Amino acid sequence: MNPVPILQIDAIEVLYEQAILAVCGVSLVVPQGQIVVLLGANGAGKSTTLKAASNLVRAERGEVVQGRILYRGEDVTRSTPHSLVASGLVQVLEGRHCFAQLTVEENLLTGAFARQVSRGQLKSDLERIYSQFPRLKLRRKSLAGYTSGGEQQMVALGRALMARPQLVLLDEPSMGLAPQIVEEIFEIIQQLNQRDGVSFLIAEQNINLALRYAQYGYVLENGRVVSEGTTGELVARTDIQDFYLGGGTAGKGAAA
Amino acid sequence: MEFFLEVLLGGLLAGVMYALVAIGFVLIYKASGVFNFAQGAMVLFSALTFVSLLERGVPFWLAFVLSLAAMVLLAVAVERVVLRPLVNRPPITLFMATLGLSYVIEGFAQALWGAQVHGLELGISDEPLELGGMLLSQFDIFAAVTAALLVLALSLLFNKTRIGLSLRAVADDPLAALAVGIRLQRVWVLVWAVAGFVGLVAGLLWGARLGVQFSLSLVVLKALPVLIIGGFTSISGAIVGGLIIGASEKLAEVYLGPIIGGGIENWFPYVLALLFLLVRPAGIFGERAIERV
Repeated sequence: MNPVPILQIDAIEVLYEQAILAVCGVSLVVPQGQIVVLLGANGAGKSTTLKAASNLVRAERGEVVQGRILYRGEDVTRSTPHSLVASGLVQVLEGRHCFAQLTVEENLLTGAFARQVSRGQLKSDLERIYSQFPRLKLRRKSLAGYTSGGEQQMVALGRALMARPQLVLLDEPSMGLAPQIVEEIFEIIQQLNQRDGVSFLIAEQNINLALRYAQYGYVLENGRVVSEGTTGELVARTDIQDFYLGGGTAGKGAAA
Repeated sequence: MEFFLEVLLGGLLAGVMYALVAIGFVLIYKASGVFNFAQGAMVLFSALTFVSLLERGVPFWLAFVLSLAAMVLLAVAVERVVLRPLVNRPPITLFMATLGLSYVIEGFAQALWGAQVHGLELGISDEPLELGGMLLSQFDIFAAVTAALLVLALSLLFNKTRIGLSLRAVADDPLAALAVGIRLQRVWVLVWAVAGFVGLVAGLLWGARLGVQFSLSLVVLKALPVLIIGGFTSISGAIVGGLIIGASEKLAEVYLGPIIGGGIENWFPYVLALLFLLVRPAGIFGERAIERV
């Protein structure tokens, strides 16, 4: 394992509106070039943990009051979202959050603004995304609000990739999508990971799917890490699946 | 018939003046969801700065540039002192803040430049011009052309530049804009500065018409019905709303006035706005939320 992980979260505590404790003492590590998943039910603190790392919690009147967050070994607990994106840490929000009134292409373009690149560079980056998501090229002039859920997830992912990220924080990429589309999206994630070396921290409720693509996982419950391990270990522990996630045993075969 | 057309065109041209003030509101409302009550004070402050510089012997264009610089400084100050500390507060809090802000700006303008009425001569005569048998105010035509150029410039800014795209992104979804690395605070400064610029143009035209004085900040009240009719989120809405208000108040005054006693120009727009609120609360061009089923 690389001695300096791309992301290291040390015992953070996150408070919303100075009163609501959403995450308490969560620690996790994303090694360089790996896919790590955060598992847990609704309200377990997955989104909050991701937003703490990208520092979007403050936009929702939240604050990291304890612990620290290291990105490539540097303390970024108080960095602005803009500087994090510029240095390669990008979050794809839960529910996709495309700019509905902007076209697909405009959505993608906004992703590159933090880097301040030339027009030519912008064009070639755009082509790179289109080669990854051919479907987006066909729909480039449509308003993002009128595209399908799967296409919106691709827009959100493509928009994040326009920032040339080293670490992508993905919040519930499978939410509300047909299983076939979800597979397609996870295939793209795996490809990005293996070919371009992008690291991922993915919050996901779909445990079977997540454990199939990731290398390591953490299980959150009530804002705490209650279990962790390699995906092989987590799959083997049926109690976790049953108890925390209420899932079946279908994932075992796929991940083995 | 000719008389009708004359009244209608005169009204439409006057409506452009209302639209100018309304555009300033739309810009800020779109980008930050704040109804900026201080827009009127900004109109006053910019016009007062301009006219005071002019009276001190500063050449026209230099005075224009300096006034614009003053509006940019104001935008920076507002973002630092008002918007940043109140980020994520409910809209009503921000609205109250702009209410306070309008008094601060008015007071500051008064302390800086004094409270007397200034005349402003833009060098355009207000003599009526005869066009195809109709008498139209030269000044109104000039104002309409200025407004058209301004709108053209704004639409280029919004649709053809990166800054414009960031601005539309922030208006659409601030959290997502933040997540892709757009600097919200910078966009706010920019949009307040642009609103200040629009305020300056409106202030000069209105100032030349009414004299630069403190009642200038009350033209915002005329912008309200314009916004209700056109919608708070659309620049085209502000223009169409302005035209409707301008034309209808003049027509009402001329044709309805004699029947119910005259002087209805001043309140007719509000009645119209009230009717619109009942029928179409989002306004003609108000944002249609995209909803997929």
